[in-house]
Amino acid sequence: MTQQTLEHWKQMYRSLWRIRIFESQVQRLAAAGEVPGFPHLSTGQEAVAVGVCAHLHPSDVLYTSHRGHGHILAKGSDIEATMAEIIGRDTGLCRGRGGSMHLVDAANGVLGATGVVAGNLALAAGAAWAVQAQGKPAISVVFFGDGATGAGVFHETLNLAALWKLPILFVCENNGYAEFTSREEHSNVNHVSAFAAPYHIPTKTIDGNDLRVVHAEAGAAIAGIRAGQGPYLLECMTFRMAGHYVGDAQQYRSKEEMAAMLEKCPIERLKRHLLESGVDATELDAIQNDATQEVLAASDRARAAPRPDPASVMEDVYTSPALHAITG
Amino acid sequence: MSVHTFINILKRALDEEMSHDSAVHLLGEDVAAGGAFGVTRGLVDKYGDHRVKNTPISEAAITGLATGAALAGLKPVLEIMFIDFATLALDCLLNQTAKYRYMSGGQVTVPLVVRTQAGAAGGAAAQHSQSLETFFIHIPGLIVVAPSSPVEAYGLLKSAIRYGEPVLFIEHKRLYTMKEDLPDDYTLPTIGQARVAREGSDITIIAYSAMVQTALEAAQTLADQGISAEVLDLRTLLPLDMATIAQSVSKTHRVLIAQEAVLNGGVAAEIAARIGSELFDELDGPVERVGCPFAPIPFAPELERALLPGKDDILRAVHRMVGHA
Repeated sequence: MTQQTLEHWKQMYRSLWRIRIFESQVQRLAAAGEVPGFPHLSTGQEAVAVGVCAHLHPSDVLYTSHRGHGHILAKGSDIEATMAEIIGRDTGLCRGRGGSMHLVDAANGVLGATGVVAGNLALAAGAAWAVQAQGKPAISVVFFGDGATGAGVFHETLNLAALWKLPILFVCENNGYAEFTSREEHSNVNHVSAFAAPYHIPTKTIDGNDLRVVHAEAGAAIAGIRAGQGPYLLECMTFRMAGHYVGDAQQYRSKEEMAAMLEKCPIERLKRHLLESGVDATELDAIQNDATQEVLAASDRARAAPRPDPASVMEDVYTSPALHAITG
Repeated sequence: MSVHTFINILKRALDEEMSHDSAVHLLGEDVAAGGAFGVTRGLVDKYGDHRVKNTPISEAAITGLATGAALAGLKPVLEIMFIDFATLALDCLLNQTAKYRYMSGGQVTVPLVVRTQAGAAGGAAAQHSQSLETFFIHIPGLIVVAPSSPVEAYGLLKSAIRYGEPVLFIEHKRLYTMKEDLPDDYTLPTIGQARVAREGSDITIIAYSAMVQTALEAAQTLADQGISAEVLDLRTLLPLDMATIAQSVSKTHRVLIAQEAVLNGGVAAEIAARIGSELFDELDGPVERVGCPFAPIPFAPELERALLPGKDDILRAVHRMVGHA
């Protein structure tokens, strides 16, 4: 491995840790009662976020699901503003109006997370149509779980994306669970990539916990989309190390399953690879500590930020302030 | 001055806005072929199939697609063929389209117009005749427009496309063949402002969409009977122009609200409640409503006629309210 590529993987290692620590911090703050609502953590799925978003520019549009913190951080949104939104501060990305499930960072191309499973797919296709119609070089990327394939709009959107040859990457994080129900219990179709075939959408099912695989396959898929080849569906097999939401006791999962999952942890796997490539363990520890400090400092700043002014609650419903007065 | 049908004048409005702003794109089922009622016929020849997009019968996805495109720089005009099918798009309209601006803390807007067609006429029966506007006035973030004539449709559609908020634009199928002159000095209406369609002093009849025409016919008959009815055309159901309503009620002191939809929890109920709480001292009697009895729209012409509220229902209500036989 050349020095340059080693540096590249070390950067990615840092990105993985930033997400892992961020999610742990959300979990801690939630347990302490500092997070309103019910945040969904992406712990264990970091390699998908980092491997895909490494290929994106700020002008590319990103849509994600209710489990979207990692994707948004991987695309480069500010850690403090993201955390501030999740804990409901005025300095949050959405001024405390959206929260964990509705994160939007338009300046960074993050057009958003959505709380309705599969609700983001058609919007992402719309962004792809908009950039296509405007002749922009950008693409659209949408992350969704395997649970979304149960919704009709998933199939409607695949059909439209293929028909209009839209510049969109569908990234399925197949973590084997739709909320509390395993994939076997909610579909006879084992692999989400199978849904791409009838629409002639190129697709691949890959190990989503191997960052190097995700990075390579997402890179190839995105290069094809940028070259005008139309949509691509990348199915990343991964594991949700946390529950469906913070506080989920996960009684539906066996101890063996949980142990196997830790063995496949994407961070551990990249770490093993880096050590085998000759990187010093102390350097990796330093990267981990650095990422931890960065996230915790941003989290502290977010927690110190002001809460939204209750008097502002009617702002942003409509663009025209006059409308607020007459809607009653 | 030029004479137009409702259908042709909608096409003219779309044509002018597409020519005026390259971000305006049309999409929907059969729109390249003109749509089910021919509103968009010919526009594909002028603007190309990249700006006039036929879609599959996928209301949920095309509404999401149009919303996503609006969030990313286009000004789409989406056609949902019948409002009855808008229920398939309701998740998007309710959970995404209307809320995106608010949920993002004002970072983004959704400049989207959803044209749809509603109302009963000609035996379209229970799944192609409904007046479902009430569903949509319950959604913060949406604008709901319901034009009452060809010229109104022309002006309101152009204003809606330029407005920059998500607008549900409800066309009544009974008005499609109506003809009207477009004055040379026509100026575009302001979204959110009602208009006085006919001045009067004894009673205010508030209506919208095709019911405005019914109310105007009733007002003419009432005039012959010595009753002076003022007809208000709401134009937008969300927001409600309470200022114009207040002005009229302060003059007539009696209010009848007429709608084609069933009355339960409807637009008229909302207006009646607002008048009751904001204008109680102006009233000489209770606010009354005319609307559809609580049943699905039937198929047979005799049944359809029997169910739908019409001019006679308005006349009966007015006579009761002003103390005539």
